[in-house]
Amino acid sequence: MRYSALQILKQGLTGNKGWKPVWREPEPKPAYDIIIIGGGGHGLATAYYLAREFGMTNIAVLEKGWIGSGNVGRNTTIIRSNYMLPGNQPFYEQSLKLWEGLEQDFNYNAMISQRSILNLFHSDPQRDAFVRRANAMILSGADAELATADDLRRELPFLDFDNARFPIKGGLFQRRGGTVRHDAVAWGFARGADMRGVDIIQNCEVTGFEINNGVCSGVKTTRGPIRASKIAVCVAGSSGRVMAQAGMRLPIETHVLQAFVTEGLKPVLPGVITFGAGHFYVSQSDKGGLVFGGDIDGYNSYAQRGNLPVVEDVAEGGMAIMPMIGRARLLRSWGGVMDMSMDGSPFIDKTDIDGLYFNGGWCYGGFKATPASGFCYAHLLAHDRPHPNATEFRLDRFKRGHIIDEKGVGAQPNLH
Amino acid sequence: MIINHPLLGPRDASEFVYLGDASLINRPDPDAQNAAELFHTYSYERANPAGEHRELWYHEQGDRSWLVVTRNTLTHAITEVEMARDVALKQGRDR
Repeated sequence: MRYSALQILKQGLTGNKGWKPVWREPEPKPAYDIIIIGGGGHGLATAYYLAREFGMTNIAVLEKGWIGSGNVGRNTTIIRSNYMLPGNQPFYEQSLKLWEGLEQDFNYNAMISQRSILNLFHSDPQRDAFVRRANAMILSGADAELATADDLRRELPFLDFDNARFPIKGGLFQRRGGTVRHDAVAWGFARGADMRGVDIIQNCEVTGFEINNGVCSGVKTTRGPIRASKIAVCVAGSSGRVMAQAGMRLPIETHVLQAFVTEGLKPVLPGVITFGAGHFYVSQSDKGGLVFGGDIDGYNSYAQRGNLPVVEDVAEGGMAIMPMIGRARLLRSWGGVMDMSMDGSPFIDKTDIDGLYFNGGWCYGGFKATPASGFCYAHLLAHDRPHPNATEFRLDRFKRGHIIDEKGVGAQPNLH
Repeated sequence: MIINHPLLGPRDASEFVYLGDASLINRPDPDAQNAAELFHTYSYERANPAGEHRELWYHEQGDRSWLVVTRNTLTHAITEVEMARDVALKQGRDR
């Protein structure tokens, strides 16, 4: 069923009896052309683009729980393409362009709102670094705009401009950045893939791989064995656990990141504001809650919950840059587990095992990458060669010395 | 999380800096034939287990000793804390 204003009118006049489930709940078949492990944003996007762009539909998406129950429903919903390095920036700009056309493309309301993202700076050297980043963004076809402290005083008068430690000297805007309704992204991609014949199989946990003589030919699951010539792992956060079943060690540590939301307020924040120096960023959801977060907790964890020192650190960051946040009451906090890679950048690659593909290592930045990750992974699966925008995301890049280290802190995952 | 320091008793984890897997104690032999391969594995690849994990914590806000902490990554429960120096000595290293 195609969603439209006319459809709403028609259904409204006929008692809303015609709405159908948004995707089927099929039984797994014994074999497929491609199995995608992981029914999160990236896995569902991969299935969607395989079907839509590359004409492949004999595909199963296997999900341990229910679709969208992992990080696609736990992030802080921000989209942006304000990276710098050549291996990264064209990819993230491709992603932002896909976000811009996504709702029309998959005919689903994902509430994409390009309300801008602002990175604050506090010193001359930081300003220089941001000017350089802005130029790299513009070269990749993205937008970037430098704002002075006076510009910001007019636009965001509530910030603490004269903070003793981090006085605000200006900021870097990306006006095309913004927020998305994250659950709707999973649902929209799932619906689009399902309509084209992809089987989305929920409550189906992969418990092992069928690997003989270096060739992967299927998976064992809690709902029986399933064969396929290509197995695409897409489980960022749990990559360590899943790939251990294939006997692979990865350049990844799993860490926990917390996020927070306040009670609903009238509109106070026009866009996303990031205060990197104080480990704090914030936006306001359409429901009114201030959605904010900071750094990862900093130790290996699969627990999906963090500890109080980071809660305190994030709250201090918020109070430092935006003192009015102290008037809002915290409603909820939660944690998600991240694949923290050794250079802070992701992987979309074939593994050394024939037929086994890997997508992961998204650190705390996977949500914004969802459409391009799906598109590039689909390209790799369909053509067995990487998409031009994802050629750097290789598993062997550390061996070759071609790391993509945006932050420049080396092989120390909890510092990225 | 509270880390029960073998010398100082229970200390809050926020006094510590986290480095990662305790296998980082075992630096490969730089003179080995395949040293490049060994250092690649040592520097970049991790077991990253879901469950019991032996890891290095540095008591930066305290006595500046390195500890090997055994902690469950699914529950954050700490079951054992040793001085990293003792662990290295036990493995036959001279310091």
